[in-house]
Amino acid sequence: MTEITSLSLTDQILGLTDKSFSSKEITESYLKEIKKKKSLNCFISIFEEESKENALLADENIAKNKARPLEGIPVAHKDIFCIKDKKTTCGSKMLSNFISPYSSEVFSKLDNAGAITLGKTNMDEFAMGSSNETSFYGNVLNPINEKLSPGGSSGGSAAAVRANLCSFATATDTGGSIRQPAAFCGVTGIKPTYGRVSRWGMIAFASSLDQAGIIAKNAKDAAIALKYISGFDQKDSTSLNEEVKDFQKEVDANQEHVIGIPKDLIEKIKNDQVRDSFKNAISILEKDGAKIEEINLPHIEYSLPAYYVIAPAECSANLARYDGIRFGHRSKNVSSLEDLYVNSRTEGFGREVKNRIFIGTFCLSAGYYDAFYNKALKIRNLIKNDFDEAFKKVSSIAMPTCSNSSFELGSISDPVEMYEQDIYTIPANLAGLPAISIPSGTANEMPVGLQLIGNYLDEGRILNLANKFQKLTDFHEFK
Amino acid sequence: MSSNNWQPVIGLEVHVQLATKTKLFSSSPIAFGAEPNTQASEIDLGLPGVLPVLNKEAISHALKFGCAINAEISEKVIFARKNYFYPDLPKGYQISQLDDPIVGKGSVEIKLGDKSKIIGVTRAHLEEDAGKSIHDLYSNNSAIDLNRAGTCLLEIVSEPDLRSAKEAVEYLKKIHSIVTFLGISDGDMSQGSMRCDANVSVKRLDDKELGTRTELKNINSFKFVEKAITFEIDRQIKKLEKGEEIIQETRLYDSKKNLTRSMRSKEEANDYRYFPEPDLIPIKISKDQINDVRKNLPELPEIMKERFMNSYELSDDNAELVTINKETASFFEEVLSYEVSSKNAVNWITGDLFALLNKNDTNISESKVNPKHIAEIIQNIEDQKISGPSAKKLLEIVWNEGGEIQELVQKEGLEQISNDDEIEKILDEVISENQKQFEQLKSGKDRLQGFFVGQVMKKTSGSASPQVVNKLLKDKLSK
Repeated sequence: MTEITSLSLTDQILGLTDKSFSSKEITESYLKEIKKKKSLNCFISIFEEESKENALLADENIAKNKARPLEGIPVAHKDIFCIKDKKTTCGSKMLSNFISPYSSEVFSKLDNAGAITLGKTNMDEFAMGSSNETSFYGNVLNPINEKLSPGGSSGGSAAAVRANLCSFATATDTGGSIRQPAAFCGVTGIKPTYGRVSRWGMIAFASSLDQAGIIAKNAKDAAIALKYISGFDQKDSTSLNEEVKDFQKEVDANQEHVIGIPKDLIEKIKNDQVRDSFKNAISILEKDGAKIEEINLPHIEYSLPAYYVIAPAECSANLARYDGIRFGHRSKNVSSLEDLYVNSRTEGFGREVKNRIFIGTFCLSAGYYDAFYNKALKIRNLIKNDFDEAFKKVSSIAMPTCSNSSFELGSISDPVEMYEQDIYTIPANLAGLPAISIPSGTANEMPVGLQLIGNYLDEGRILNLANKFQKLTDFHEFK
Repeated sequence: MSSNNWQPVIGLEVHVQLATKTKLFSSSPIAFGAEPNTQASEIDLGLPGVLPVLNKEAISHALKFGCAINAEISEKVIFARKNYFYPDLPKGYQISQLDDPIVGKGSVEIKLGDKSKIIGVTRAHLEEDAGKSIHDLYSNNSAIDLNRAGTCLLEIVSEPDLRSAKEAVEYLKKIHSIVTFLGISDGDMSQGSMRCDANVSVKRLDDKELGTRTELKNINSFKFVEKAITFEIDRQIKKLEKGEEIIQETRLYDSKKNLTRSMRSKEEANDYRYFPEPDLIPIKISKDQINDVRKNLPELPEIMKERFMNSYELSDDNAELVTINKETASFFEEVLSYEVSSKNAVNWITGDLFALLNKNDTNISESKVNPKHIAEIIQNIEDQKISGPSAKKLLEIVWNEGGEIQELVQKEGLEQISNDDEIEKILDEVISENQKQFEQLKSGKDRLQGFFVGQVMKKTSGSASPQVVNKLLKDKLSK
């Protein structure tokens, strides 16, 4: 019999409803797995007792026919989401002692939907990194091959889903932090439209790019989970006051697809296996009836430099609040106010975070603002226009999630080489578009991801296409 | 010091705390004098993951000000982050405005004796206030109170149109009267609701170019504005006459020693690295919204003054005095509602009542004498029931002990004796006691008339009507 921990979310909801098993059983099974696979380092916090208690309450609700939509489903939250009275570290020494007095909207929504929070997952420090190696809590191991990186920054969430340590996990994506680890761990990860999910209580990295999303076993699961975290929130001024469609229905609906392929981009892929698996995936969809159109995204090649100005600029301000005064790490070695700032921040932040604060501070400085920040904003607009133009012809756009599969931990030391991990994922963040990564083959015996980018607010479309692909293939199955 | 050859050039930046119910970006209440840190929410503390939500009331207050000074109103309002570290600035940046301030170019008219002058207002923008650092509460520590953090400020920047400390004070008074008449601020300088920085430079009269300016920080009363600017003009002229140069710098006014001293030079000035606030979307201001504000604008001081001159036949000076602020104006109109003469009302309010307020160091909204008291005192005088001196006495009693005017008149025996027979009897007594003086008066020593009236008043403890005494005395002399 299949372990209940490896069942899809859809099957777990069914099983709980028809009482094939209880929330207590699933929750305890997951907790047992988490303990067994502790060496993967997926979690920063585990709420063992509390989740067991909550599972009992969930079982009561189910027994009384009062089950909420995700009643009793054990989930994990990236440790970037504040949970009231819980440690929320963001993978940083700076916040290693921070107990949040309030909860994020993402947590509250899943909590209200009945989900059980097993714990909080490991991540790159302040979501800055593509390998999970910048975490103050040590890197996560890729469950498929423990020598390799799970990707980042949501490496803990992706690895936890892949290792069957939770039903699904929340994650965030600023430049690819959901999709790249999902690709590296052979799972499904969706970053919805910017503004679709409230950022309230989600620790900011780059406010205009940050977006919460879901990492799950497959597109159908992702659709269900996404449905329950989406929606307008008046606490977040950038959240969109738009109707949330029923992704659960849309994922299975009968939809026609026109897929845009940026041909220039695909031809430039250096890794043969990545390119071949991409072409293979497209031909599978084409055979199934999807129309394939060549498109042109002329400015997309400037995404990376634009991103690495905008994101650090915003981060330099967002991280200024960590000054050792009200919360977070405070240096003991202090004899002046200047010392308090400098030493607390020097000790509390890791190297990559400092790199980005420096870059961002520089880009915003008097005399450099126009040359860097303003120019980056212009590029961002051009990229948005490219996508708008493309979406006049197509219903979604396909490209690889990443130009390679997972790499060995410690093998990339050049920051710029690490930044290039995000070359295909960043454009969707700059444009604010929804994008999903699904497993579509292998390179070097490790999974590679197919990325599908949708038009604004059209998460349903890419979920539907992803689900279609997963019905035709078994790349997403954990073997 | 001869300042004949020198022309001071002054511009003011006035920070007005807006009287909104809640803070600019959070729902924390605003109350002066609350226990430290009791009016600060997670947003005001700048906790990780919090987001600002704009207070619409602040927008409408700012629009009122813009319309009141006939300024251009920006079609969209964009906020920006102003980055600097300070312990009472929780986020490490202040949300302010740089480009597209809500209020653009406008102007106000100030009175200088019988001349008036137009002073340009460059802009007025919305921003959040910082908290307060308190350095004298604990011996070895500084304390931070974040109650004020996030309260709404309107920063009003004038053109360098002011030419003397006097003009600066008149301008500040004008701004004060506009914001209080609009009801958008309590304008209380002693509680920091209005604060002022002054940019001061001097040039030779015939110079076209402006001299090097210094910025005087945080001058918190009308008196200090005048003193600080006067000192600074003097300091600059002395330096220039010695052939020295003025250093562009920020200077702090020391009200105890009445001097300004250097705080930081231009080189040490912060680079605020402004960039658009990504957590807030641009706010659109529609023409309808502006028209609506314009239509519902309360009566402004100039218009009210004109109305008072026309409807109540007040002189220019008197009208100016009772429209000095909203409270005085409504006090005056309430007194008039009891149908007393406007001339008497003005005299009593601006004379005896103002003197009492001054003596007790308070303002009219705290007055222990209410409009009804004043009106009834005037009525008693107009009906010749009490004498002027009695009325003054009555006012003192009401101020100190309270009570009803009619009862006090009775109780204190202040009712005027206007019965001719009674007064004549007393006058006869006085004449017989002072035969010699009466003879002198008869023979033309007119100034003795006052002596006799005074004696009668003394014998009646001031309750005789002086008019009647005078009339009777005249009768006796002509006999």
